[in-house]
Amino acid sequence: MSEQAGVNPDLAGRVYPAGAAYTVGREKIREFASAVKATHPAHFDVEAARALGYADLVAPPTFAIIVAQRADAQLIEDSDSGIDFSRVVHADQRFVHHRPIVAGDELVAELHVDQVRAMGGGAMITTRAEISTVAGERTATTTSSILVRGEGQ
Amino acid sequence: MSVELNELTVGQDIGSRAIEVSRADLVRYAGASGDFNPIHWNGRFAEQVGLPGVIAHGMFTMGAAVQLVTDWIGNPAAVVDYQTRFTKPVLVEDVDGPGASIEVSGAIGAIDADNGTARVDLTVTAAGVKVLVKAQAVVKVW
Repeated sequence: MSEQAGVNPDLAGRVYPAGAAYTVGREKIREFASAVKATHPAHFDVEAARALGYADLVAPPTFAIIVAQRADAQLIEDSDSGIDFSRVVHADQRFVHHRPIVAGDELVAELHVDQVRAMGGGAMITTRAEISTVAGERTATTTSSILVRGEGQ
Repeated sequence: MSVELNELTVGQDIGSRAIEVSRADLVRYAGASGDFNPIHWNGRFAEQVGLPGVIAHGMFTMGAAVQLVTDWIGNPAAVVDYQTRFTKPVLVEDVDGPGASIEVSGAIGAIDADNGTARVDLTVTAAGVKVLVKAQAVVKVW
């Protein structure tokens, strides 16, 4: 008889401290903006961004997912999490911006596992990444729920 | 263009657009975001895990849909809060050119004069089915 380990219910409340800093590059902002079909000049043209009052190119509203998903990877790859990535479905996502992300920012993310809920044979896991600059300035809070499908789901 | 808070009304339409999506767009988004889950580019793998085929990243759809709001308000940094639930996958067919079309429309859902913000509620569908639910963007109106 096979044993389905499943998602570790004790993950809730766990905090993964900020890891290596992510440096926001101009070309990454341009690349990400193109990938979501954004055309606003503030993503591409430094002068256009400065004309709006920003120090450098402005990241699109969902750019912080790059930093958030790197933080999430610590949880998904944790040997005792019981999360099978091939069975993960993204259920919801939220971005709260405390200030715009611009090129040149050096960002770190502290990951909080806020909730683990059994769903059928699987589990819904809600995580929150508190993103700040290396200097400690709060930048964004992202919240994400993933559904880890159980067998037959 | 310039948007004034006191000229907005709840229910006001901010416009609509269609976003065409090809398999190449998903590969581009995978590279840009770092999300290389094979369900977004490998049809065999997608079918093995019970999907009808390759589907768009939910974050691609979320990221592309908000461009309607960014362009309306005229400043991408005006979007201070943006959330959605992902309810149905966007199936992207393996064809030359676009394999799916995502229809986006937006309307003012709420106005918060004290905070100088307005909430835009987005309706996002593909093949006639709602793919995002409770897709809401709160924008700062200067």
